[in-house]
Amino acid sequence: MATIYIENEAREADGSQNLLHVLLSLGYDVPYFCWHPALGSVGACRQCAIKQFRNEQDKAGKIIMACMTPAADGTRVSIKDPETVEFRAAVIQGLMQNHPHDCPVCDEGGECHLQDMTVMTGHCARHYRFSKRTFRNQYLGPLINHEMNRCIQCQRCVRYYRDYAGGHDLNAFRLRDVVYFGRFEDGVLENEFAGNLVEICPTGVFTDATLKRHYTRKWDLQMAPSVCVHCAVGCNISVGERYGSLRRVINRYNHQVNGYFLCDRGRFGYEFVNSGDRIRDCLVNGEPSDSLAAAVSKLETLVRETRCIGIGSPRASLESNFALRQLVGPDHFYAGVAENEWSATLTALDLMRNGPATSASLDDVEHCDAVLVLGEDVTNVAPVMALRLRQSVRQQPIQTAKKLNIPLWLDHPVRELVQNEKGPFFVAAPYATKLDEIATEVIRAAPDDLARLGFAIARAIQGGPPLPGLSSELSTFANRIAEVLGSASSPLVVSGTSCRSAAVLNAAAQVSHALSQIGKPAKLAFCFPECNTVGLRLMKPRSLSEAFQAVRDGQADTIIVVENDLYRRASKEDVEAFFNRARHVIAIDHLKNQTTEKAELVLPAGTFAETDGTLVNYEGRAQRFFQALVPSGEMRASWRWLDADFVPEIHPDKRGWRTLDDIVSAIALEIPELADIGLAAPSRSEFGKVAREPSRYSGRTSMLANISVHEPKPPQDPDSALAFSMESGPQPPPPPLNPFFWAPGWNSIQSVNKFQSEIGGPLLGGDPGVRLIEPEERGGWNFAGIPSAFEPNPDSWLLLPCFHIFGSEELSQRAPAIAELAPSPYIAVNTMDADQLGVSSGNLIKLSVSDSIHELPVSARPDVPRGVVLIPIGLPGVAGLTLPAFGKLAPASAMQGVTK
Amino acid sequence: MRERPLTSNLRPDGEAVDISAYEQAGGYQGLRKALQLQPNDVTELVKQSNLRGRGGAGFPTGMKWSFVPMGADAPRPKYLVANADEMEPGTFKDRVLMEGDPHQLIEGMAVSGYAIQADIGYIFLRGEYRISAERLSVALAEARERGYIGQNILGSGYSFELYLHVSAGRYICGEETALLNALEGKRAHPRTKPPFPQVSGLFGKPTIVQNVETLCNVQHIVNRGPEWFRDQSLTEDGGTKLYGVSGKVNRPGLWELPLGTTMREILEEHAGGMRDGLTFRGLLPGGASTDFLVQEHLDVPMDYTQVQKAGSRLGTGTMVVLDDKTCPVGMVWNLEHFFAQESCGWCTPCWSGLAWTEKILASMEAGTGEEKDLETLSFQTRFLAPGSTFCAFAPGAVEPLQSALKYFGDDFRRHIEEKRCPWR
Repeated sequence: MATIYIENEAREADGSQNLLHVLLSLGYDVPYFCWHPALGSVGACRQCAIKQFRNEQDKAGKIIMACMTPAADGTRVSIKDPETVEFRAAVIQGLMQNHPHDCPVCDEGGECHLQDMTVMTGHCARHYRFSKRTFRNQYLGPLINHEMNRCIQCQRCVRYYRDYAGGHDLNAFRLRDVVYFGRFEDGVLENEFAGNLVEICPTGVFTDATLKRHYTRKWDLQMAPSVCVHCAVGCNISVGERYGSLRRVINRYNHQVNGYFLCDRGRFGYEFVNSGDRIRDCLVNGEPSDSLAAAVSKLETLVRETRCIGIGSPRASLESNFALRQLVGPDHFYAGVAENEWSATLTALDLMRNGPATSASLDDVEHCDAVLVLGEDVTNVAPVMALRLRQSVRQQPIQTAKKLNIPLWLDHPVRELVQNEKGPFFVAAPYATKLDEIATEVIRAAPDDLARLGFAIARAIQGGPPLPGLSSELSTFANRIAEVLGSASSPLVVSGTSCRSAAVLNAAAQVSHALSQIGKPAKLAFCFPECNTVGLRLMKPRSLSEAFQAVRDGQADTIIVVENDLYRRASKEDVEAFFNRARHVIAIDHLKNQTTEKAELVLPAGTFAETDGTLVNYEGRAQRFFQALVPSGEMRASWRWLDADFVPEIHPDKRGWRTLDDIVSAIALEIPELADIGLAAPSRSEFGKVAREPSRYSGRTSMLANISVHEPKPPQDPDSALAFSMESGPQPPPPPLNPFFWAPGWNSIQSVNKFQSEIGGPLLGGDPGVRLIEPEERGGWNFAGIPSAFEPNPDSWLLLPCFHIFGSEELSQRAPAIAELAPSPYIAVNTMDADQLGVSSGNLIKLSVSDSIHELPVSARPDVPRGVVLIPIGLPGVAGLTLPAFGKLAPASAMQGVTK
Repeated sequence: MRERPLTSNLRPDGEAVDISAYEQAGGYQGLRKALQLQPNDVTELVKQSNLRGRGGAGFPTGMKWSFVPMGADAPRPKYLVANADEMEPGTFKDRVLMEGDPHQLIEGMAVSGYAIQADIGYIFLRGEYRISAERLSVALAEARERGYIGQNILGSGYSFELYLHVSAGRYICGEETALLNALEGKRAHPRTKPPFPQVSGLFGKPTIVQNVETLCNVQHIVNRGPEWFRDQSLTEDGGTKLYGVSGKVNRPGLWELPLGTTMREILEEHAGGMRDGLTFRGLLPGGASTDFLVQEHLDVPMDYTQVQKAGSRLGTGTMVVLDDKTCPVGMVWNLEHFFAQESCGWCTPCWSGLAWTEKILASMEAGTGEEKDLETLSFQTRFLAPGSTFCAFAPGAVEPLQSALKYFGDDFRRHIEEKRCPWR
């Protein structure tokens, strides 16, 4: 720590940081643009100018840029110094020279960092009397709108996009006051983290194009703290509602999880909530139910009079899954997850529970200094983890900067010194992944070979004998990785369930075990496919095939499916047989899908935006999401349907889980591993009242005046301290309950500065979420069952899943902007295999797996291992294949003239 | 006896001195001599010579070199870069050296490279200098063939690869760190200092960037000794200096003279004074980005300290002369237009302030200037002060403006009052 003097007052500060970081951390208001806590300092905008004095006697001082100056012990500075006050206003005057006066029609208006900083500096009158420069804007795709006239040339967009996110297609062009930030030509921004430009840009150059289509000002949004439902990373988000529809998603900072950035699937996938395919009312045999009472009565009757089984969902909350489990009984509760995927999640979870390594938070991921990715396509499965992995490769090279006394926050000097040097990062995966471009070395192989590689690395780390039968290529590769991981100070092994291979997961664990044996405790990060895969697993449901068996054996008459489309989980034949054999199918879901089509009774569920619940992310962190909008019609949280004794409109007097807190307590009591989930957020009674609506929320008294001039009573929220109101209690909300970041003078998302214990550090009051799984004592780990090498077989191809950030996830796929970016269905094989089959890219190929035949265009790629066929998960045409599997391939032309 | 070490080889026909002629005139003797010395000894000689950088800033050359990490542990490769991106309006001194005597630069670089144990050298040449590019290419091939550059130079064990890089053309590339970014293929933004290029320069490795004229002196220092070099100067800083004059004088041109020759001598004796019918009003002593000096300053010696005392900078030592039949506002507009065009766009005061400044001056010349414009111009000169901007470009850019407002303020006011340019 250092002592620095601000306006002659001594304050303790982190001496390794720059003055801007320190002043903001101490709560001072210093305006800035080009600096960003995740990007460091570059000194471009000159906005954070303050005065520095040599000593107590120095009264003149000199102007310095706070962001470029170390907070060295004894530093004396003034923010109030009149010369710097004038200078900061002059910088704004310069920035405003060409800035359009279009705030009233600008999407950024009301949450614009440029507005905030302008007001902060006091600049108000325009003196520039010449015409402004103008630009032509570009089409950047369905997610992001471009309005270059507003640009203030702070350079943040390209620094974020290129240096941080690893994008290539956004750049700065031209010079002087006409620097142009855009693409070489119009087109969709290629980087999957482009959406963060919306928050990185301090003004309205890059704005949310999905929000634009149903625009609402920040101050008019009814907001709630939420958790992204589009993968298992569990990024914290803030969601906003107006007039009954969900308007947008923005980042909600959580130091341990997402930090400052989201992926585009998470940011723009929300529009499924507003889909025309929503189920809004109870349906009986496909027709709206006569009444709510009739539907509930049907549910009750079936539950009472028939033998029910329940199919839970990895995309439903703990609460909804638990309610189903309690309704049907733990023995009749099954997981609606594809068979091999489910067994892989069990292996992964056992490894997380029993050691040998703790699972890494995303903050850990960013700060590890050597990485092995084994069998995972991180960018497409756990996107934000990939974004953080991109930063990890800087950890080793930046040590050189430390040696030269270059502070790490001095972004350009560090990058100029480090150049393209990257720390160790090894990718071993079944096909080319986007992280290959930062990898030291890449190897592509079938899962069994990847597992063998992992075991070989583990042996090499511990100095054991080499794995018999391993090719010399893989063997040398394994030795190199072993050496590098063993010499790192905080190595990380990333794997996951994507290969659906227990061997791959065990091999990854074995590597981390070997590292801990030599005194280099590695962390593990397992990727899981869906937002609550881990949570569902912790409830210990039986597998889907057991459910199929139960119905086949005549042990059940009624199937209750909660928030799940089983046609994505198993083959059409199996699902149809399952549903047809059962006498009744009840589906509770929010979007129409093939399963709801088959159901005799459909009950409308609320989405994450309309309900509360708890999700467990990839690292075993339970996090709570809260309702932002009051659902219309009969929609409600699935768990509210499932306590059949308690549908309040029907049985007002009956006992049951009246509130979220009731069911959370019930879960904690019933399932030991979930005992702590109550800590994910304060309960209803623990905290006073938190307004979902900002204090500037407009139109409250008139927004429903077309229906009634009487202002309706605000809806009550029995489940949380959050209120559908502008009124808050006296206390600032704790982080898990904070619906939005907003502070006096800080209207933009950058107001998060005011909510952190230190800039870029944990939130004041602690980061939301509670980790449920910490490994037990590390025993002797030695996995048997090293698989034998994969042998390509032209009569029996290995079908493996592959993933697309846009297209593989069920819900975001129902958001129009995301759907637009999803690829067309295809299957991929190695180029040489394609040659042997006599097909080339674009040709139709016939794939037969057990009884089903699929015909799809082939993509011939050099990265696919020989003998392997990649099946893109979630795309139409290949849904329901249980992977991995073996199948046969033939050119479609070999078929007797039949094409689909 | 004062000599003209830099220009004595130049041919009257303007063609380049080829390698044989260069060798006959004693060329590459400095290199041979240097290779007999320890690298640090060469640096020591340069320190003793009091050679200061000829690019404008005047930093002591030997001291700059002493910051380069030496020895077996030093990061490799180390680089030496000749800043031949001569784009300062009114400046053409390096061009004369490169076009007329390209081997002199190559030898200077080989000796300097040896001193800092550079592995690789680049000549970063202004794009428009086509003749220099042609002649340097020929000279580089000749020097390589005779073993003056390349592997194991003259059997000494020292290797130095030297490449010519022709700039894509921006004024800011003459700023040494922007030059390094440009050389790396990046946008030519200046870099943050510290770290200085000596520690982390080209591709993150130790790098010395030196002006062409500076480098051309080095082998002469080694060859003739630091004492001889100091004797060439009239001041405490060593050596001769290339002084140039442009503007409406009788004999515009370039002369190698002892450092510290007065402005009056350069202007009146060498450039032949003002053309008939014209009266001297002022001059920019060291290129476009230096402050105007006027009649009262003509006896100031043109060296680093005296020009600075007079309120300007020696800069490149090539002066631009203003006469009474030329509009000072028009001249400043011309310069500020250039600077506004060449702002790299990195820092706010520079890109916004110069654009505004240029528009005001254009407006004054068009007769639409307003009273408050003078205030704005004066404000911009303070706003674009050293320390407020990212690099030295903008403070230099407003030097002619701030001094013109001081010395020719009435002329600015006449433009506004008469709503026209009185010179037109």
